[in-house]
Amino acid sequence: MTTSLLTTDARTKKRNAAEKRFKAYGLGAICIAMVSLVFLLGSVLSSGLGAFQQTYIALDVQLPEARLDKSGTRDLEVMSKVTTIGYAPILRDALVAQVAALGLTTDLSDKDVGKMISKEAAATVRNRVLANPELVGTTVRFDLLASGRIDGYFKGRVTAESAALDQNTSPEALVLAQELKDAGVIETKFNWNFFVLPDASDQRPEAAGLGVAILGSLYMMAVVLCLALPIGVASSIYLEEFAPRNRWTDLIEVNISNLAAVPSIVFGILGLAIFINFMELNQSSPLVGGLVLTLMTLPTIIISTRAALKSVPPSIRDAALGVGASKMQSVFHHVLPLAAPGILTGTIIGLAQALGETAPLLLIGMVAFVREYPAAYTSESGLFGEAATALPVQVYNWTQRSDPAFFERAFAAVITLLVFLLIMNAVAIYLRRKFERRW
Amino acid sequence: MSLMKLTATTAAAALMATAATARDNVQVAGSSTVLPYASIVAEVFGENFDFPTPVIESGGSSAGLKRFCEGVGENTIDIANASRAIKSSEVEACAAAGVTDIIEVRIGYDGIVFASDINGNAFEFTPEDWYKALANEHFIDGELVPNTFTNWNEVNPAFPDQPIQAFIPGTKHGTREVFEEKVILAGCEEGGFFQAMLDAGVDEDTAEGKCMAIRTDGRSVDIDGDYTETLARIQADTNGIGVFGLAFYENNTDKLQVATMADVVPTTETIAAGDYPVSRPLYFYIKAAHIGVVPGVKEFAEFFVSDDIAGPDGPLAEYGLVSDPALIEVQETVADEVTMGSGS
Repeated sequence: MTTSLLTTDARTKKRNAAEKRFKAYGLGAICIAMVSLVFLLGSVLSSGLGAFQQTYIALDVQLPEARLDKSGTRDLEVMSKVTTIGYAPILRDALVAQVAALGLTTDLSDKDVGKMISKEAAATVRNRVLANPELVGTTVRFDLLASGRIDGYFKGRVTAESAALDQNTSPEALVLAQELKDAGVIETKFNWNFFVLPDASDQRPEAAGLGVAILGSLYMMAVVLCLALPIGVASSIYLEEFAPRNRWTDLIEVNISNLAAVPSIVFGILGLAIFINFMELNQSSPLVGGLVLTLMTLPTIIISTRAALKSVPPSIRDAALGVGASKMQSVFHHVLPLAAPGILTGTIIGLAQALGETAPLLLIGMVAFVREYPAAYTSESGLFGEAATALPVQVYNWTQRSDPAFFERAFAAVITLLVFLLIMNAVAIYLRRKFERRW
Repeated sequence: MSLMKLTATTAAAALMATAATARDNVQVAGSSTVLPYASIVAEVFGENFDFPTPVIESGGSSAGLKRFCEGVGENTIDIANASRAIKSSEVEACAAAGVTDIIEVRIGYDGIVFASDINGNAFEFTPEDWYKALANEHFIDGELVPNTFTNWNEVNPAFPDQPIQAFIPGTKHGTREVFEEKVILAGCEEGGFFQAMLDAGVDEDTAEGKCMAIRTDGRSVDIDGDYTETLARIQADTNGIGVFGLAFYENNTDKLQVATMADVVPTTETIAAGDYPVSRPLYFYIKAAHIGVVPGVKEFAEFFVSDDIAGPDGPLAEYGLVSDPALIEVQETVADEVTMGSGS
């Protein structure tokens, strides 16, 4: 019995239904992935965006000679004896005077008014005075950081209810802060300092920034790039183009693939034993961090470089050899340029992976509180030898602090890291698109 | 290819250049409880002195002391922070590695508090309540029976009918030891359970071990992370009661309410007066051999214990450290570089 081709039989219907179901599963999978991505990004952005704004108090500060330079000689040696602890009352008095001048009344004690200014502010003023001793005796306008709680109020993190329960601030302080804002004394603006300032202690979250972490990450990436790229490319070219196929090369191949899956903390243990204990390089230094990350990134780079070399068709090599090129000339003049986009992509992805790595740095002392900007080279500590942290480490550090303001900053650091990774991956895709050749 | 040659040579040169290195900043590692205090001091130290800001790592008292005892030299740390006193085994390990002169500096006291969600029930604990709630086995009528309490009102009829859910520090924390000794064991002794066990012929060490064994049926959860993790667990499960450092609680008073212990509210004052029972000293240890070699070691230590910093009105007390009443003696120890086992 034959049926018309125009009517679908039961078997075809079943096959069509199976196809539809499969499409629905696929769509469902994509939806789940998208929803989790949106949820993740949403929570990161909503928790972290606040840290890109910072509240400042514009204050005319009288710098009394009697307190800052009793000798009157403007001798820096003598003036530096006045510590930041001595500067704090001057700032407090300035804010109290400012409040009185605006005609605002408050129940707060002078001490509590002073608490609205960040502890970092004293250091800001002291550094400026020591840089220009002639400022003593005059009145100077400073843009000073507001304390973390006041800053949190303007970002919605601190409310009158939470302030009532909080020992570090009070609802009255928030009311005063709002009045000062209306009077134009307090201002919230974009927080460039977040990318410049070093880490700060638990008492001044408002002053904490990513400066040292960004520098440290940059130095480590420089080390990784300078070491992993040449070593990785050279070893892949040898393995792919020159090495004889025998048991030894098979063994090496298996080991390289295996290394790519080794937990990264293992490289940290290795780094501690070899680079710090045996070679006696500095702890916490980006050089050691870079070396450890190089070891971690090498397998990734080797595997992707070999894949790129493999994808160059043999006809190119044969043609080069056919017109009389040596093996080496065929590789360097023809194969390598054609494989370059793939190698670059692999390297950038490897670097991105290294940029986000925390675990191995834990063991070599880079998970630390570091406030001094590391110099790229000093005669004592050598190249990249000064203590530094890294971006992912800073995130880890800040999530452990007790002040809730650090939580916001940790997520802002995550956003910064994500932006760096996004740029690197975008460059990788661009390079691949631009230079890729298809056969 | 010239590019590859160039990078290879610069890489080699970089390694050569750093083969012999020196360091001009103080390096500190150790207890995560001491870390916030140390970083506050380091920050002010870096601001006001010509020395670079010291680098402070955390990782726990034991890990810090282990690295401290690795040897003498620029690639080892100068100062170890600890939330407990150094053990004799660690002193021996230090000596074996050549670290013989150690200066012990007590910076103050840290209170350990019990806190729950701000909107939950208030509690007034005694150590005995905690022993009853968390002990693995109770000693009843001459034999050990598993702890079957599930709600706080079973422990003490004065408590609300709330499921027992405690978040206590994991065994890698120094805080755990203090919790076991000053709360659980103290509760066991106060309630007469310890004596009852001894009377029943149990030897002292076993009885102590039985007292301090914490139940493992999920009513008590070990937190291996930091106090931020404990806080997150309490916010997720508002029946939970967590163990925190006093400083952490004081920075989060809008989210947590603190329980009294033996009718005393934990504050820096009650701890300094010795009224609040659960506290412990905090220390740092200086490698005397590094004084004068690494610039700033002694100056940092002296600044740390100065009246301006560690005194009752200093920034450390403001953050939650209980100032040491015998601070002057500590200052003398640092000034005279008195090492452990010499003189005192």
